[in-house]
Amino acid sequence: MSSDGEDDDFQYEDDTGFDDDVDMGGSDTSEQGGFDDDEEAYDAFDVTAGADQPPPKKPYEITYKVRSVQDLQEEQKELIDRVAGLIDTDSSTAATLLRHFRWNSEKLTETYWEDPKKVLDDAGLEAIASPVVATKPLPSRTKSRITATSKEPFECPVCCIEYTGGETESETLGLSCGHRFCKGCWKEYLENKIMDEAESGRIQCMESGCGRIVGEKTVEALVDDKVKTRYRELLDRTYVDDNPSLKWCPHPDCQYAVKTTQAPARLLNQIIPIVKCAHSADHRPLTCKYVKLWEKKCADDSETSNWLMANTKECAKCNSTIEKNGGCNHMTCKKCRYEFCWVCMADWTTHGTAWYNCNRFDEKAGITARDAQAKSRAILERYLHYFNRWANHEQSAKLDKELYMKTEKKMQEMQATSNLSWIEVQFAKRAVDVLMEARMTLKWTYAMAFYLTKCNSTTLFEDNQANLEQAVEDLSELLEKPIAPETIPQMRADVTNKTAFVQKRSDIILQDTLLGHWEVGRVLTGARQEFELIPSPNVVSQNRWEFSQ
Amino acid sequence: MSGNLGIRRLAKELMAFKNEQSPVGIHLLKADDLQTWFLSIQVLGDSLYEGEVFALKFVFEQNYPIEAPQVTFVAGSIDGSTYQVPLHPHVYSNGHICASTLDSGWSPVLTVSSVCLTLQSMLASNTKLVRPEGNDKYVAHAPSNPKKT
Repeated sequence: MSSDGEDDDFQYEDDTGFDDDVDMGGSDTSEQGGFDDDEEAYDAFDVTAGADQPPPKKPYEITYKVRSVQDLQEEQKELIDRVAGLIDTDSSTAATLLRHFRWNSEKLTETYWEDPKKVLDDAGLEAIASPVVATKPLPSRTKSRITATSKEPFECPVCCIEYTGGETESETLGLSCGHRFCKGCWKEYLENKIMDEAESGRIQCMESGCGRIVGEKTVEALVDDKVKTRYRELLDRTYVDDNPSLKWCPHPDCQYAVKTTQAPARLLNQIIPIVKCAHSADHRPLTCKYVKLWEKKCADDSETSNWLMANTKECAKCNSTIEKNGGCNHMTCKKCRYEFCWVCMADWTTHGTAWYNCNRFDEKAGITARDAQAKSRAILERYLHYFNRWANHEQSAKLDKELYMKTEKKMQEMQATSNLSWIEVQFAKRAVDVLMEARMTLKWTYAMAFYLTKCNSTTLFEDNQANLEQAVEDLSELLEKPIAPETIPQMRADVTNKTAFVQKRSDIILQDTLLGHWEVGRVLTGARQEFELIPSPNVVSQNRWEFSQ
Repeated sequence: MSGNLGIRRLAKELMAFKNEQSPVGIHLLKADDLQTWFLSIQVLGDSLYEGEVFALKFVFEQNYPIEAPQVTFVAGSIDGSTYQVPLHPHVYSNGHICASTLDSGWSPVLTVSSVCLTLQSMLASNTKLVRPEGNDKYVAHAPSNPKKT
């Protein structure tokens, strides 16, 4: 690979605006000299150079689309209609099936045609033609509701109100499972499930042990408008929660979701730094999981965080924060339905009938507790080392905003005191933009360093970090300098070069870190696909970075 | 007092108990209204609780039977008889019970009588007279309503 090629590529990045610049010649040469030291670092990315055409965007960037609630609804409808057509069913059934298959329509149709009955059963939708018998007869029941037709007198087993033959048809309702109840009870039940328990796509028949899902149409025919609105809202929410390629913007007021098919589906939650939307703070290169941990740690002195630390754990599967405020140790994650033991956090199925007492943890717990105490002092010191650097950049980033204002003034000054046009002074604005972004990246590399276990790769990481740190400080200093009319051309060249250098150092660390996350996938999928970020199914994806908490 | 929905249903359930149509080992102790009932529960046959009688307190909220009733074991006296909370790995010393039937597994077709039967079999199948893990911590912070946990 030639570093020149890479430099050129970099130099004429589409959005730099340098193309318009006629005065670039001089600075170009000095810049190439300056980059010679980096050849080694670039060689590590030899694989990228094989590309026939320059990549349209930086490798660590991921294509994503922002989706509004309306987009999501349209998307859902389109999928539902398509599946309903493919498997020849109504939209309500198709929707329930899609939810069951987590919106994977290919898998749905494929599995469906293998055994339609089984698929419908599993999804809580029996085939209409073959009603299923009740799971268990209840002792207090005088007549079987299963056989009751809509013409016979009927007593609702929930509210005990009796209905005459004619009313049975108009006032009561049974799903295809045959469990009949009066409409009043259905309404109460559904409203309770929707408003109080925030359930939507997985509401089951009222009968104990009956897994028949109440379809959308049934729900909407029975509940009030207010509940209906909430129901739709919840359905939209589960669409995003269930869909591996979608994720809500983490900002509490933001209604938008982010969609990307480029991230490895099930890992979107964990490798989110590659995705950012308007509200989500960019915390690349550190992954969300550790950003969460870090922020929790940093806010350690606040009561809330202490409380979170003491009372919550993260679901081992989806990382949702869970509070256990009573009950036994058998936990079921409300979000992903993973069942685990609160004490040892292991899969519940390994416990069998251990009577809700997790004894596998007991002996280890004592040792762990003592160890933790001894280590805590050393850990605190280490933490403070990284925290101070992290906080330092956080602080500097705030000052950078002032710098932005100051630079704006300087730009006006430059236009007034020299013959530079508006477009020609934009280099200063760009320098501040790059600086601010690089600071963000740098800031998070310190949090990342805190969690990294020391190994050969971390040495390279730390070198890259030091290089970026130096570049950022240099650029920052350059921008702080007062301007004198006679030195403007020199200053402009310096700033432009430094900006390019900072950008490059920043790219290097982001790229290298991201590759580190996907080391094995990279080697095996080859140069062309490496940045597709789709781990090969045959490869046990191994992270170059070893994280410890 | 329970809502309109539950009145008829509770009245019917109460009637069945008063007419001695209750399951074996279950007796209605006290039901002054349609809000709070006390029932006695006994495990028949071979079990760790042979010869013991426990008392259950049922509190019906507004929307019973859409939502499960609050069910706890009683520690103290009812009409002159004193009751203890059974030692069981699903029963906390304050009487709170950890059973899916009373929580996510509740269905509106379940009744006071079917809850009692479930608890009876929960006691009958026990092999260890112990409290649940973390009992003291739980009891120290638990609200009086077991469903709020």
